[in-house]
Amino acid sequence: MSRMFPFFAFVLLVALFGFGIWWNTQHDPQAIPSPLLNKPAPAFVLPKLYEPTVTVSKSDLLGKPYLLNVFASWCIECGVEHPVLQAEAPTLGVLLVGYDYKDAPDDAKRWLAEHGNPYSVLIADLPGQTAIDFGVYGAPESFLIDSKGVIRYKHIGPMTADVVATELKPAIAALQKESP
Amino acid sequence: MRLRMLLVVALLALASVVHAQAIEPMPFANHTQELRFQQLTAQLRCPMCQNETLADSNAPIARDLRNQIFQLMQQGKSDEEIKQYLVARYSDYVLYDPPLKPGTALLWFGPLLILLCGAGVVLMAIRKRSRAGIAAELPADSGPTDNGDDW
Repeated sequence: MSRMFPFFAFVLLVALFGFGIWWNTQHDPQAIPSPLLNKPAPAFVLPKLYEPTVTVSKSDLLGKPYLLNVFASWCIECGVEHPVLQAEAPTLGVLLVGYDYKDAPDDAKRWLAEHGNPYSVLIADLPGQTAIDFGVYGAPESFLIDSKGVIRYKHIGPMTADVVATELKPAIAALQKESP
Repeated sequence: MRLRMLLVVALLALASVVHAQAIEPMPFANHTQELRFQQLTAQLRCPMCQNETLADSNAPIARDLRNQIFQLMQQGKSDEEIKQYLVARYSDYVLYDPPLKPGTALLWFGPLLILLCGAGVVLMAIRKRSRAGIAAELPADSGPTDNGDDW
C-alpha cells in the first residue's frame, strides 16, 4: 500500500492542476466581483456628451430599468463590443445608457460617428470621479440597473452575443417578471 | 573641461525632468502625511493590473485612486476609513492583506491543513519504521528486512 502512496499523491496533484486549468477557463480571472451588486447604484450627476450644459442624474433615470454601458474611444475592447450593442440594443427591452469614461468629448463623438451610436442617453465622465463610486476600473463594463435604481447585474469586459443571450437577457427577463 | 561641466549640468537637468514625470508630485501637508500615503498605497492592490500595488502602478485607474486617497487624507479620513471606502467599491480584492471570514478561511488555514497532512504522513512513516525496527531486532539472524520504505 505504501508503495502506491507516491502514485496517489501524483494523481492528486494532477487532479488539482486540472481543476486549476478548468477553473480558469470557467471565469475571467481579471474580473473582480462587484460589492455593489444588488445594492443601490451610487448617486451621480453627469453632463450629457452632446449637450454638456445639460446634466443627467440618477433620479432622472429612475422608474425604468436601464443598461449603463461604460465605454471610451481609447478602449480597444469597446470596439469589439460595439457591434454587439448595435445589434442587440433594439431588442434588449431596456434603455441603453452610454457612459463615456475618461474620454475627450471630441474623441468620443468622432468614435461614435465612425462606429455608430446605439445609446438612447449619453453621459460623459471626463475626470472619472463618478466611475470610482461605481467601482469601475476599466472599460468596457456594463451595469443593469432596475427601476428603483438598484444594480442587479454587472458584466466586466466586452459584451459578447453569448453573454447577452446567457446572462444579460435572463437578468432583464427577471426584472420584467418582477414589475410588468 | 568646460564641455564636461556642461554635460554634467545637462544630465542633471534631464534627470530632474525624468524624476518629476515619474512621481507626479502631490501637495502633501507635511512629510508625515506623505509617508502615510506611501505606506497606505503600498498595501493596496490596483484593480486593473492585479499584480501591482496602487503605489507602483501606472494604470489610469491607479492614478485616479491615488488622487482619491490623497483627497480623502486631506479630509482627515483615517487609513481604516480609506480602506473601507475602497473595499465598498472594489471589494476585498484591493486589500493585499485579506480579512478573515468564511470565504477566505481556506486561504488562511489551507497552509496549516497541508502542514498537518505532511506531519501525519511523517508520523505514519516513523511509526512503521520503528515497528519494523523492533521486528528486525527479534530474529537477530534474519538479515535486513524490507520495510516497504524503499521509495
